[in-house]
Amino acid sequence: MSATTVTPTPPPRPGPAPWRPVFGSWATAYKRTWRGSIFGRFLSPVLFLLSMGLGLGNLVNKSAGGVGGVPYLQFVVPGILAAQAMWVAMGESSYPVFGAIRWNRKYHAMLAAPIRIDDILLGHLAYVAVQITGATAIFMGVAALFGSFSSWWVLLALPITVLTGMAFAAPVFAFSATQESADGFNILFRFIMTPLFLFSGVFFPVDKLPAFLRPIAWVTPLWHGVEANRSLALGSPDVASVLGHTAYLVAVIGTGAWLAHRAFTKRLVV
Amino acid sequence: MQHVTDPDPDLMLQAMGLTKTFGDFTAVDGIDFAVQRGESFGFLGPNGAGKSCTMKMVGCVSPASGGVLRVFGQDPATHGPQIRARLGVVPQKDTLDEELTVEENLWIYGRYFGLSRSEVRSRAMELLDFAQLTDRATSKVEPLSGGMKRRLTIARSLISRPEILLLDEPTTGLDPQARHVLWDRLFRLKRSGVTLVLTTHYMDEAEQLCDRLVVMDHGKIVAEGSPRALITEYSTREVLELRFDTDDHGLHGDAIAGIGERIEVLPDRLLVYTEDGDAAAAAVHMRGIEPLSSLVRRSTLEDVFLHLTGRTLVD
Repeated sequence: MSATTVTPTPPPRPGPAPWRPVFGSWATAYKRTWRGSIFGRFLSPVLFLLSMGLGLGNLVNKSAGGVGGVPYLQFVVPGILAAQAMWVAMGESSYPVFGAIRWNRKYHAMLAAPIRIDDILLGHLAYVAVQITGATAIFMGVAALFGSFSSWWVLLALPITVLTGMAFAAPVFAFSATQESADGFNILFRFIMTPLFLFSGVFFPVDKLPAFLRPIAWVTPLWHGVEANRSLALGSPDVASVLGHTAYLVAVIGTGAWLAHRAFTKRLVV
Repeated sequence: MQHVTDPDPDLMLQAMGLTKTFGDFTAVDGIDFAVQRGESFGFLGPNGAGKSCTMKMVGCVSPASGGVLRVFGQDPATHGPQIRARLGVVPQKDTLDEELTVEENLWIYGRYFGLSRSEVRSRAMELLDFAQLTDRATSKVEPLSGGMKRRLTIARSLISRPEILLLDEPTTGLDPQARHVLWDRLFRLKRSGVTLVLTTHYMDEAEQLCDRLVVMDHGKIVAEGSPRALITEYSTREVLELRFDTDDHGLHGDAIAGIGERIEVLPDRLLVYTEDGDAAAAAVHMRGIEPLSSLVRRSTLEDVFLHLTGRTLVD
């Protein structure tokens, strides 16, 4: 029985890019759930567009003439696009990361093989980026059908939105790796993500907030994503500010990845 | 120019003064051991003796706090991934992906070792056969029995053709039949020349599988040798077990003193260590002592452990 023979073959080497089988592992698991996931990703923009864009939008347009002269649908959709990336990133970076440490112990299985913490992080973050890209592309396609965009510049909102999502994913990876139970995620969702969703300029300009709250919005990655997306979608982007927002998002991703690496090492290599 | 002496290629594992501390707590307290190619080596000890901790250091997922550790002559601190590429690991807690199928678990794991898709698929078929799981290849892992999951974990650990297989408590929590099936598979691996390193708190498992073992207690190695040699050195050939109808078996110690070479008092029985159990039983009877039951058996590693530590292996 060949399973039991010791052949003098050269020892297996870690592949040239050990993060790829990590990515592959998450992708294989996704094959089980992709139908429900894709359905949700079509449904979510449709619901938002119907309620916010058309329902609330009619009211805003009639009573205030849109926001700063922009019809509400075109104002709100680039913001919701960024916010959805945040939610997708949250979903992919909270329970799955915690579960891979505590429940199914997937990360432990990887670490028993010649996979390093760097590979685990890179492979899993790449998978999350692909998820956000898919969700964003679907959202943009549906939103375009509703006439939400007025410029081809909006295509650049796709990478910006992915960066926005990743600016949440990376620090949430770090957060999830420090949790002892899943209770912390309720706090994260209710007391951090929901306020961010409401007060980061998605539904109304941040300058309508009380002055003391505005700096909080400016610090959050979501506001930067919303602002960059909106200026692109409206077709007259200020290149310097879009680049500034992008740089901020990249910096948050970098910091988050560093924190995640530290948290993963502390948790998994003991 | 002087050559650095090549390390002995058959010296698979070597530890000198290996230590692991967590804050003030010392989990592994300066242990020495060496394992040769093809050997089947065990760490026997109760829960909390430092066995799993040692295995994690050998598996290069837990850095040593002190001492020297070499796996294939390499230092886990600097060559972790290279060493892990040549190890098979069966962890204490399963790390299977229960949502995926049996074969998907093998494929994914093989890919972690940089094996090609086609290689992984053909290896998976052989290993499913070895693990007697061929007919479950396409079923999800979640509903499988504990014994099947354990066999799958072992099959998975073999996908990279490891030179050392690390097994941390391989049969804990399994029913007797499942344990025997597993032992049979491990025995085949051993015969085929795979170096097995395992931890266990079951003396029967250690006796079945280990050529040589160390007895661990409180992070230290208290004895080392083959199961037979340990029994010869630390115990007698036979043991007479006596049960009395009392709460405190220590009360009967004096009455039995002088029979056999040594007496151990346990909460529920007295153990009389002797070369001839039947003769000892007759001597007890001659003194007019009437135990509820008396049983003569061979010495086991459990007796060795009891003698060395004053405690039983499984509480």
